[in-house]
Parts: sequence; C-alpha cells; structure tokens
Amino acid sequence: MKSILIVEDSTTTRAMIRAVIEDAGDFEIVEAATGFDALKCLPAHNFDLILTDINMPDINGLELINFVRNDERFRPIPLIIVSTEKSEEDKKRGMSLGASAYITKPFKAKELQDMVKSLMKL
Amino acid sequence: MKGSEKEFIAEAEDILEESGRLLLEVQDTYKTGTNPDTVNALFRSLHTLKGLAGLFGYAAVTDISHALESLLDDIRLGKVDITEDIIQFLFKSIDTLRDIIAAVKEGGEPEVTAYLNDIESFRKSIARSAGLESLKGIFDEAMLKVLSDYEEHRLKANIKEGRGIYQVKTVFGLSDFDKSLENVSKSIKSIGELISTLPTSRNLPPDSIGFILLFGSLKPPAEIKKTINYDVSELLGPRVEASKPQEIKETSIKTTSTTVRVDIEKLDRILNTIGELTLAKGAVTRISAEMAENYGHNPFVIDMHKISQTLDRRLAELQDQVLEIRMVPIGQIFGRLSQVIRRYSKDVGKQIELAMYGEDTELDKYLAEEIIDPLVHIVRNAIDHGIEPPEVRKRKGKKEVASVYLKAFQKGNHVVIEVRDDGAGIDIEKIRQKAIEKGLIEKGMELQRREMIELIFMPGFSTKEVVSEVSGRGVGLDIVRDKLSALGGFADVETVKDAGTTFILTLPITLAIIKSLTVRVGGEKFAIPLTTISETLVIEHRNFQTIEGREVYNLRGVMLPMARLKTLFDIGADASERSFAVVVGFGERSIGLLVDELLGQHEIVIKSLGDYFKGLKGFAGAAEIGKHEVILVIDVESAIEESLKQKGLVHV
Repeated sequence: MKSILIVEDSTTTRAMIRAVIEDAGDFEIVEAATGFDALKCLPAHNFDLILTDINMPDINGLELINFVRNDERFRPIPLIIVSTEKSEEDKKRGMSLGASAYITKPFKAKELQDMVKSLMKL
Repeated sequence: MKGSEKEFIAEAEDILEESGRLLLEVQDTYKTGTNPDTVNALFRSLHTLKGLAGLFGYAAVTDISHALESLLDDIRLGKVDITEDIIQFLFKSIDTLRDIIAAVKEGGEPEVTAYLNDIESFRKSIARSAGLESLKGIFDEAMLKVLSDYEEHRLKANIKEGRGIYQVKTVFGLSDFDKSLENVSKSIKSIGELISTLPTSRNLPPDSIGFILLFGSLKPPAEIKKTINYDVSELLGPRVEASKPQEIKETSIKTTSTTVRVDIEKLDRILNTIGELTLAKGAVTRISAEMAENYGHNPFVIDMHKISQTLDRRLAELQDQVLEIRMVPIGQIFGRLSQVIRRYSKDVGKQIELAMYGEDTELDKYLAEEIIDPLVHIVRNAIDHGIEPPEVRKRKGKKEVASVYLKAFQKGNHVVIEVRDDGAGIDIEKIRQKAIEKGLIEKGMELQRREMIELIFMPGFSTKEVVSEVSGRGVGLDIVRDKLSALGGFADVETVKDAGTTFILTLPITLAIIKSLTVRVGGEKFAIPLTTISETLVIEHRNFQTIEGREVYNLRGVMLPMARLKTLFDIGADASERSFAVVVGFGERSIGLLVDELLGQHEIVIKSLGDYFKGLKGFAGAAEIGKHEVILVIDVESAIEESLKQKGLVHV
C-alpha cells in the first residue's frame, strides 16, 4: 500500500486533507502535527508522498523540504506544498527548493486528489 | 450617468479620502514606527477600491489600485522600509486616482498605461534596495533559500537593530532530539531571538539528526559562548552602538499591543454613568452636611463626611481619566484639512503654502469630529474667496504662493482654532450692499466695522465676494456659527483689507460633564456653563450708562453691554437696584448677564430638551442639580446674539 505523510499543524486542516486523500484511494496515511514530528516519522516509513504546510511553529515547511531534498533516503519522494494565498513568496521558494507541486487553501477536493494521484503515478 | 455609477464614484471618493487620511498618519509616524494596522488598513482600502472598480469595469482604476496594492503589500510585509519618497509617491498616486474618478464622473476613463509603468518601475527601484540580495554577501545562499518570508523579515530586522547574527550546529539522536533542541532554543532565547531552525541529515549516521540554529543577539560573543554549550560561529558581528534602537523597537511593539480602539459611544455611556454618580455623590454630600447640622460631629457623622470626601475625589479622578481617554490631538483634524486644502487649491488653480501650529493640542474626540465640517467650510471659503488668483497677488506685490495657517492652542478650558489666510480680506462695502439688498439693514444705517463683519454670520447672508455656498453644499457661515454654538463654543472673525482674514473658533475642551454656575432670576433658576464665564460682578444699576439705547457698564475702561435675563426670557425679577452681572463670551463679543443671585457651582450633564422644544432659542438644554431639581442651561452664544439684536441695529 502506498504511504503518505501529512505535515500540518492545524488539526482541522489535517483531518480535512486526510479525508480528501482517503476518498481518492486506499493509502497508509501518517499525520505529523509539527515539523519535528515529521523529522521523526521520515526514517521510520517508506513514504511515497509528502504534503506539507509552510508556516508551522518549530521548523517551517521550507526547512523540511530542504531537509528532505538533501537526504539521499528521502530525495525522490514527491512533495506537495499545501499553503494559503498569503504566502505566495514562500511557495515560490518551496518550489525552488525542490517541491513537486503546490496547492492553495482553500482548494477543490478533486484538484488535490488529481495532484496526489499523478505524483504517485497512479 | 446611471445610479450605480454614482454609487461607485461616491464610494471610490470615500475610499480615497480614507486612504489619504491613513497615509497622513503613516507620514506622521513612520520615523518612530508606524502602527502596522495603519499600513494594513491602507492596503485594504486600496484592495477594496480594486474590487469595486473591477465590479464596475473601470480598468484604469482597477489596474492602478492593483499596482498600489502590490506596493503596499511589500511595505506591509516589511520587504520595503517606508521612506518620504514612498509616501510622496503614494500621495501622488492617490491624487492620480482622484483625477481618474473625476474623469469617470465626466463620462470617460483616461489611458493610464504610462502611469502603471511608473508605479511598477518605482516599486522595482525600491524593492531592489531591500531585497534578498542584500543578505547574499553575508550569508550562505543555500541557507537563505530555506528561510520563509517571515524568517527573512526577522533576519533583516535583527540586522537592522544591530544585533550580531550567529549560528549553532548541533547533532542529536533522532528519537529524542526535540528535548535537547528545546534546551538549546531556550538558551538562545534568553540572549536573543531564534530566527530559524534548519534540520539536516548530511554526513550523519541514520539514527541521528543535525540542526543549524540561526539567531540574532546583542550580547558580546564571549557571553553568548558561555550561555550556549555548543559551537557558536559568528556570521555577522553586532553593531556596538546598537542598544538604543533595540529599546525603541521594544517599546513600539508594546504600544501596538496595549492599544485598544473603543467606540466613542461606550465612553459616552461611562460618562453618563459618572454623571449619574456625581448626582448621587451630591446627595451623599448634602446628607452628610445635614447630619452634621442635626446630630453634631459624632463619629458616624465624621465617618460619613470622610467617605463623602473620598467619593468626591475618586469620582473627579475617574471623570478626568475618562475625559482624557476621549482626547485626541488636533493634528488629526489638521491632517484631514490639509488634504482638502491640497486638493481644493489644485482644483481652483491657486498655490497655497500650508503651515500648522499646535497640532499636539488636545480636544475631545466628539468635538474634534464635529468641528471638522465648519473648518472645511472656512478653509474652502478662504481658498475660494479670500485668496486672490496668482496674477492678482502679483499685481498687489504679494507673494504668488498664498499662505494658510492653521493654529490651535489651549486657552483655559477652551481650545482655540485659528484659520488665517493672507488673502484680500473681507470687503466691508460689499457686505453693506449685500445686507441692504437682503433687507438685513436699512439704507443709510451706520454700522460699526465690527457689526458689519458680524453680518456675514447671519442666515441667508451670502455674497460671491464674501461667503460662498460651498460647492452646492448649501452651507453658510451662519451654519458654522450655529454649529459652534451647539458645541458650546464661539466663532469670530478678524479681517484686514489686503492682509487677510482670520477665523477664530473657540471650543470647550470637552462637553460631556461641565461645571456650571447656578443663578437665580426672580423665581427661576438657570445654569450657565462655567467655561463661558470670565468673571462675575456686583453692579449698582445707577452705574449703568446708555449708549445707542443700550445699557452698558464701564468695566475697567471697556464698555460692556448688559443683558437682563428677565427681559430676554420675559420673566419676573427682584426689584432691586443691585444685581450680579455674569460676564460671558470673549473679547469684543462679551456681555454681562444680569441676575438676582449667584447660587453656586454644580457639575452638570446637559440633556437635550427633546423635539418638543426644538427651535426654542436661548437654552442649551436642561440639567439635574440634586434633589431631583431640573433647571434650564443657558445657551450663552444665542443669548449674546439675542441681546445684540435687541439693541435695534440688526433686523432679522
């Protein structure tokens, strides 16, 4: 089964993203409420996709992307930035750090589902 | 024009007005740190305008407000520091938008591509100076790329404040790194600001994780190394003289977070409650006095007396504190006026240099809002008719650029606002002709210069040369005087031919709770606001003199007109040959109100007389003065007017 990591500090948004993805297929979904949680989860799983927010309390999404892209073990994992309209500049930076795609909150369920599927080549 | 378009224009004009006001606020405060809310509000108002214009399909307005919105977004996010250049540019842009709206009103929308390019290149020119590039020479580019917008902003702010920038490299076990990291973060926060925490797994065993922590601190490197038990490397040294700016920054942050905005109505309600309490306090004081009289000074009575005194003091304090909250600097109003002057002088093609004095003078918020329309009227009047066109000024040997002075100062319990122009002055001859035409005076009637000038405040009096109906607003100077009077103030004017005109508006500092003098005339009691009183006298009637059929009293060499309240209000009075005169008004507009007895001072809350008594002249309202006794409060301004009328010179 394909495995997906959702990094998002807002419980509601996390639950919402989870529900949308679960609707798209059968996946193992791991939730991380902070960047630190994500750092701990990463080596323990074999993720096929990461979704991350940008603004989080401990380390931000950009730092997480940078970490993922600079570690041989995680480098190939596709990564989606899920962020708000406000952080346009942050999204640009995320893309230049090696994120695969970004989606702006609020988004349509289908939009995210299509993105998830195409990045995991389903 | 369709109705909806009219709505668009009206709303767009409102938004621009508000934007101009906000921008002035930014201009006033940017050197000491503008409240981020102000910049935000400015951003939002242009955002609203963009949306509105988009809705109505006005491309030029949409495009320009969009471009300005982007510029303000940069400022809002701290990417760009506010400078005088930027402020001037924004002022210019708002003026451009006004011009476009004016063109829309006429049915067309101008081509603005060139101006859009101007905005864009201006934005680029300032964005460059403060962009990420400025950090590139100092920091590792790979690290900069990872900073979020906000972290970058913090990094720059730290540098600006002169803090040194350091980094700490740590390695922890993957399973429990958060605890250890927490400790490092804590020690960093004790000496500075943690800007970014950057995780890395490079060249590390799989069960461990490394972090680079970026932080700013003012502390000397030795102290930093002592506090943090890891290898600290300095990326940028602290600026030595930097301790001061940091303090300023800290206080300014504090100010924003401790300020609350309160609806003035809520303060009004508090003041009303205080007013009621003041009445209750009056009752306590009275009872305490009665008890002392009836039972002597026994311990209970003394206790009661003490309590009543404490109550008295604390209530006065409370009242002062609430009144202080309502105070705003008059600079706020001057700022709005300066916008009117800028725009209006441009419209009529007259160059005006504006000077403002005493902007720090404080005034009750309510009064400040109420006085703005009269001031706008006076200012536009001055520009329209006071100030001559440049060519005329040149001929007269005056500077082509005219001057308008706005001046405010406190005078006792009043705030005086002067609007002075160096224009042509009021033409007395023209007033005379107009007054005769309007039937305000009779032909051949001789008036003193002062009385002639007074005519401009009469209802319906308007000459092109002297007073204008401002741009169809139908406001005359009589409205100005009425407004002032309703606020418990006075309007006066001084004019010198070819040297200019000065309007002098005198307002009470506050009008919520006022001190008043209670007087008796026959069987009636009245309250006269203390703020209008300059002195009281005891006068023997035989010392009156009569000039032009009017009773006057020689008060230290000045002939003071006397007004008998009993005549004014047609009531009975004591048949004494001795009266008290309460001298009210200011300067040449002073009169003595004759009353039978001075009963003492009260703090009163003036209540309106209600619609039933609307149109009743001479009273500002009614007030309760203890023991459920309600008395009328005299409207001094209208009493002065009434008594001047009665001398028979001016027939209305």
